[in-house]
Amino acid sequence: MVGVSQADVVVNLLIFLIATSLGTELIRHVSRLLHTPLMSLTHAISSVSIVAALIVMVGPKNDFILTLVTVAVALAATNIVSGFMITDRILRLFRRRQRK
Amino acid sequence: MTELPVEYLYILSIVLFILSLRWMSEVKTSRLGNWSATAGMAIAILSTLAAFQIQRTDLLVGATLVGTVLGTPIALKVPMTAVPQRTAMSHAFGSLAVALVGAAEYYQDLPDIDLFTVSVLSAEMILGFLTFTGSCVAFAKLQGLIPGRPFVYRGRNLVSLSTLGAAVALGVYLALNPTQEFVLPIMAGLALLFGLLLVLAIGGADMPTVIAILNSYAGISAAALGFVLDNKVLIVAGALDGSSGFILAVIMSSAMNRSFANVLFGGVGSRITAGSTSTAQAARSVQAYTPEDVATVLEDARSVIVVPGYGMAVAQAQHVVKELADVLQRRGIDVKYAIHPVAGRMPGHMNVVLADAQVPYEELWEMDRINPLFPETDVAIVVGANDVTNPAARTKADSPLYGMPILDVDKAKTVVFIKRSTRPGFSGVDNELFYLPNTMMVFGDAKEMLTELVASLKRRGGSRQKG
Repeated sequence: MVGVSQADVVVNLLIFLIATSLGTELIRHVSRLLHTPLMSLTHAISSVSIVAALIVMVGPKNDFILTLVTVAVALAATNIVSGFMITDRILRLFRRRQRK
Repeated sequence: MTELPVEYLYILSIVLFILSLRWMSEVKTSRLGNWSATAGMAIAILSTLAAFQIQRTDLLVGATLVGTVLGTPIALKVPMTAVPQRTAMSHAFGSLAVALVGAAEYYQDLPDIDLFTVSVLSAEMILGFLTFTGSCVAFAKLQGLIPGRPFVYRGRNLVSLSTLGAAVALGVYLALNPTQEFVLPIMAGLALLFGLLLVLAIGGADMPTVIAILNSYAGISAAALGFVLDNKVLIVAGALDGSSGFILAVIMSSAMNRSFANVLFGGVGSRITAGSTSTAQAARSVQAYTPEDVATVLEDARSVIVVPGYGMAVAQAQHVVKELADVLQRRGIDVKYAIHPVAGRMPGHMNVVLADAQVPYEELWEMDRINPLFPETDVAIVVGANDVTNPAARTKADSPLYGMPILDVDKAKTVVFIKRSTRPGFSGVDNELFYLPNTMMVFGDAKEMLTELVASLKRRGGSRQKG
């Protein structure tokens, strides 16, 4: 994977900017009540970086590179598993008042 | 390199991620949001595995297994009071993963590597490595492995910033001389050192802002990796995480009336009380009361606002707080909780701790909504909070807290303040609230005092007839 073309960079930059402004807008509307699960959720989502590790894992040039990405896969997998599970666990805690 | 169908599936993942944030906006749809993101993740991973044949399935399965075995107990066992630590740990893992992939990508592309790729990889690795050690220190502080107070010494900002400066300079050098492999480990080492120094100098009460900033860094470094690999799902996910962390950091620091720079380099919490120690203060006295006295006041109350802070979580007093609320509500007293944005050790922490103690979320009120209600409230009970209730933030222009938005606890008819001692809060500033004539100070462990209070109220019998 040598060189990313200039056109790709421009498109990607555009995607990044749009995603950032969309993200900013969406996050602003999240209730403060949910800021803790929000953070665990968005961070779990960013662990999609596991995809990058997997792609490098396809054809590593040497064992050192293979080791680096294997460790990265283990770390990202930990975050994915614990991130989504704990987010759900936190969200289940929020309950409505029971009529007495 | 990537085939078209994968790209389409990635777009599906992106849509699911965006929808998940949309659904996170309210409690009702929030769990759906989490499932939507989980589905998006599964699609991204499975389509990648389908499109790219990984030869070393043994390592792949092994790494995934390790992740599952480590991640599951973390997610299921961590108590809600310790969620900030868990979050710091996940930032450490995530940013290290991204930094390692960045390094792997660099070595993989050598020697035919262009200026753009190396520049972005350098920036990404610096950000990733500093976030890793920064998050490790945040974890250690939150877990109590190292003291929470800031580690400060003369000229520390100079040392920290020159460490970062050197790392960046090496990054630039590497970008211009991509084949100078030896530069990478030194650059990584300096970034690791900078993260360590940066967060060591920050105190426990600033953790909500720090965690949010580190969250943002972790996201941005993931997005940077997406640029190098020309991977759109990574760019979007990183951008979403980065912007979320950023917004939360802005909310946190503005709730303390401080800038990012002040949080990161200010070293607040280490200063010796200055300025606010007026001579008049020595003559002032506080009025100490017993839980029994408080019970007498509560008997005649119609409305109560509980103001919880991190001290409540430390004392594990949230369950007895809920018990107190139950007793009061049975007597027909209206109970609400006032949540300051920086209460706790990460954004929204206090809500989660109270929700875990089975407090219904309708009773948790944000600062802006509850402040107008204090003047009509009979009793405000402050448990484990301090600086966020200090009226000096409104009135005393020379106070370090001046300008910080606070909960207007002092406007309640009676203030009950449960505290171990009159020792000032984290900021080192004395709290004016202690000396007000309508304040009842209760000295002791929050959990013990509240337990006594609940027992005393229960002794006084059943529900009161409201007249």
